[in-house]
Parts: sequence; structure tokens; C-alpha cells
Amino acid sequence: MRAFLDMGGYAAFVWPAYAVTFAVVLLNIVWARRALARARASARRRLSARSEGP
Amino acid sequence: MSAGTSAAGTLPAAHAAGTAAPAAASAVAASALEAAWLALLRDVQLAFRRRAQLVQPLAFFALVTMLFPLAISPELTQLRAVAPGVLWVAELLASLLALEFLFRDDAHDGTLEQYALSGQSLTWLMFAKTAAHWLLTGVPLALMAPLAALSLGVPAAALPGILLAVIVGSVTLSLIGSIGAALTLGLKRSGALLSLLTVPLSLPVLIFGARATQLAINGAPLLAPLELLAALAVLAVTLAPLAASAAVRISLE
Amino acid sequence: MSWTWFHRLASPPYVYAFAARLTPWFAWPAALCILGGLWGGLVLAPPDYQQGDGFRILYVHAPSAWMSLMVYTTMAIAAAVGLIWRIKVAHAVAASCAPIGASFTFAALVTGALWGEPMWGTYWEWDPRLTSELVLLFLYLGYMGLRAGIEDTQRADRASAVLAVVGVVNVPIIHYSVVWWNSLHQAPSVMRLAKPTMPPSMLVPLLLMLLGFTLYFVAVLLVRLRGEVLGRERTASWIREVVSA
Repeated sequence: MRAFLDMGGYAAFVWPAYAVTFAVVLLNIVWARRALARARASARRRLSARSEGP
Repeated sequence: MSAGTSAAGTLPAAHAAGTAAPAAASAVAASALEAAWLALLRDVQLAFRRRAQLVQPLAFFALVTMLFPLAISPELTQLRAVAPGVLWVAELLASLLALEFLFRDDAHDGTLEQYALSGQSLTWLMFAKTAAHWLLTGVPLALMAPLAALSLGVPAAALPGILLAVIVGSVTLSLIGSIGAALTLGLKRSGALLSLLTVPLSLPVLIFGARATQLAINGAPLLAPLELLAALAVLAVTLAPLAASAAVRISLE
Repeated sequence: MSWTWFHRLASPPYVYAFAARLTPWFAWPAALCILGGLWGGLVLAPPDYQQGDGFRILYVHAPSAWMSLMVYTTMAIAAAVGLIWRIKVAHAVAASCAPIGASFTFAALVTGALWGEPMWGTYWEWDPRLTSELVLLFLYLGYMGLRAGIEDTQRADRASAVLAVVGVVNVPIIHYSVVWWNSLHQAPSVMRLAKPTMPPSMLVPLLLMLLGFTLYFVAVLLVRLRGEVLGRERTASWIREVVSA
């Protein structure tokens, strides 16, 4: 296990690289879902504003 | 680009107050080439009424070039080493500055809309406007390059080659710039965005141009990068006006 | 041949619903492939003869770089389709691609730098790949900047579409000019991951990661697409049912 984490001495490079990549992977998922939720919310607002109008 | 005839097309060369062009040019233009030529003449004539505006990019170029000896070192040997890069960066930045007024006035007073609605080939008109702009800004900037090069310790023998490279490169820079200017028409604070769009697309010109300049300084033949610069210019001449006219139509909708 | 499938794909309500149904079919296989690739690349693959365990950065760097290019191409094609046939959904696809592509370009640059430091002795090298990748990031940022700078959605769609198409024409030109420039300035001691062939134990996890990331891209794209499609429909009646659910 130690050897695995140590990555043959390159741990300081390998693990940050993986961390950055998977941070971007997660970021994109969160970002996309937030964007969809925002779009739904603003659509809801547009519709209710319209139905309340004269 | 298609040089088709437009039977019903007119080029309103005299119109809104303050931008009246010579009366002789108000005749109905029967072909796209004639319309383009008239547009070019008009732009050149109008620009000469605002000569101060034409000087600004040149002054900027001189300023930027001057920064480097002050910031790096007054040693000519050191300056000679960075001269290719300095010249081309200054060239690129100054041409970006000049792009501001490619479409600005015409968009403001409605001429651009007239061009788009005139039934004439907008592609040819875009080519004409960009050609006029190049004659008014690109060529003078290119003519300044040898002077700037001298100030950076470049040997006089290199100057003709440098001038040639900058002239050819400036053609492509103007054309690529016209696309960015058309896309950002009328947007507020578009200067930074225009740079962000134009600079990445202009990198090949910078690379080959600086290479040509370096070879000229070394006294070596610079045919290879010159040919590449020329190829880029040809590509730009054929494709950029098309893209610019599409972009103008989109911006005017 | 029936073109109804094409017409359906251009229909916003259909796309909205279809994208929702389709997403899990890409998301779960993506997760499986990525996990499998990680296992194979981090655990099963033997250390490299030259780079030891350091080469394992390949398994995140290569997919990131692949994503950056693949997404840009997708974006440009979608933009062209939207421009030529005036299909809003195509513009929505292009808009959805940009943030994904830009963030993976960033990841490719960072992982590349982290790979470069132990292997080449420097975090940054002006070598053709890194330099072209950096330029690609600017192309993405320019695209996103143009979209953000134009308020009207339709003009933003069409203007950024022109930019995307012009950019895609320029990408090979930029790449080859950088290669040429770099070949003139290349330092004599550039190390490469020069392997004549990659053994299957190393290659298979790489392929799994590439596949996994591609599937992941489609899944994320579908989620974004739904939001983009929704935003382009003002008050169409289909939205009412879909949004109050």
C-alpha cells in the first residue's frame, strides 16, 4: 500500500495530477446540474410572471 | 468570392449627414466589383478627413517599440536578439488598436446596414473595407517597421527583407482582425474581447513573421517563412471576407 | 429513408425529454470504464522502464488532452450545423460543449506540467503540444467570452458559431506553425515517452480511460443541453408541464 501511494518516488506529481483531473470531472457534473436547475427555475419564473400578467 | 451582377443593387454612396461622399459616386453600381471599388474609395477619402485617427496606431507602435530598450537594456546587441519578437508583437498590438475603427463609424451611422441590404455582395464589400483599412493602417505600420528595427540595432542589410515580411504579414492580420471586429460590432468595451478573439488566430503570422525577421537579421535567405506568410495571406484573402460578411449580417440582425 | 429522427432531434421538447432518458445510459458505463481504467492503470500496469511509476500520469493526461480536442471538434460541428440549417438545438449543443472543453484543456495543461517537471526538469515547456494546447484554451475562452458579451441569445449563438468554425479551420494551422517553430528552437535534450509499442497491460487501461471519458462527456453534455434548450424556449407550452413536475 505504501509503495502504491509512493508511486516510485513520483507521488508529488502523480497524485496532484489525478486530483486535478478528477476535480474537473466532478466540477463539470456539479456545474452542469446547477445550470439545468437554474434554467428550470428561471423557466418557472417566466411562466408564472406571464400567467400573472394582464 | 463571387463577383455576380446585381441588377437591382445600388450602393448608396451619399447618405446620412456628415458622411457625404463625392456626388460622382452616387450612380447605380452594376457589379459587385464596382461597388467594392466605390466602398474602398469612400473609406480612404473619409479617413483622410480624420487624419489624426490614422496616426494613433503608428504612435502606439513607436511607443511599444520604445518600451523594450528602456525595460530590457540599451545594449544594441541584446536588442538585436529580441528585435524579431519585439517588432512583431508591436505590430500585432498596433493593428489590434487600429481595428477599432474598421467598422465603428459605418456601424454607427447605418452605412453598414445599407451595405448589407444593398443587394451587392457583402463579401466583396467586406474585402473592400478591409483592403482600405489595410492601406490606411497596415501599410503605414509596415513602413515603420524598418525604422523601429534600426532603433533595435538591426543591420541595414536586413531591412528590405523585414519590410517585405511585415507587409505580407499585415495583410493577414488585417483580414483576421476584420472577422473579430465584425463579430464584436457594437458591443460595449469590446477591446479586450477583440484581442482575445484575434490574437490566437494571428499566432501563425507572428511565428512565421518573426522567423523571417530573424533570418533577415542573420543575413540568411528568408524565402521559406516568406512563402508561408504569403500562403497565409492568400488563405485569409479567400476566406476572411466571407466570414466577416457572415459575422456582420449576424451582428446587424 | 425516413428523416423523422432528424426532425425529432431538432425539436426542443423531444430533446429535453430524450436527453433525460439517455443520460444514465452514458453515465453508468462511463463510471465503469473509468474505474476499470484506473484500476488497470494505477495497479495492474507495470512501471515504465524509463519513467517508473511517474508515467501513470498518462492515464489522466491523455484523456484530458483527448477531451479538449474532441469537445472542440464537436462544438465546431454543432455550431456549423446550427449556422447552416438554423437549428436552435445545435447551437444549444455547441454552447454546452464550451465549459466542458475549456475545463479539460486546463486539466490537460496542469497534468502536462506535472508530468513535465519530473521528466523534463521543468513545469512548462514551449513544446508544440503544450503551446498548442494553451492556444486552444484561449480559443475556448474567446468563444465563451463572445457568448457572454452578447446579450441577445440568437446573435450570441450565431456569432459564436462563426467564431467556432473559423477557429476550427485555424487549429491545424496553429498546430503546424507551432510544430515548425518548435523544431527550430528545440533543445537537444528533450525526453519523450518514446516507446516503440505499448504493451497491452499499459494500453488497455488507456483505451478504457479514453472511452470512459468520452461516454462521460456525452452524459454531462446531455445534462447541460437540457438547460440550454430550456433557456432558448421563451414560454412555449411544453415547458409548463415539464417544469412544474
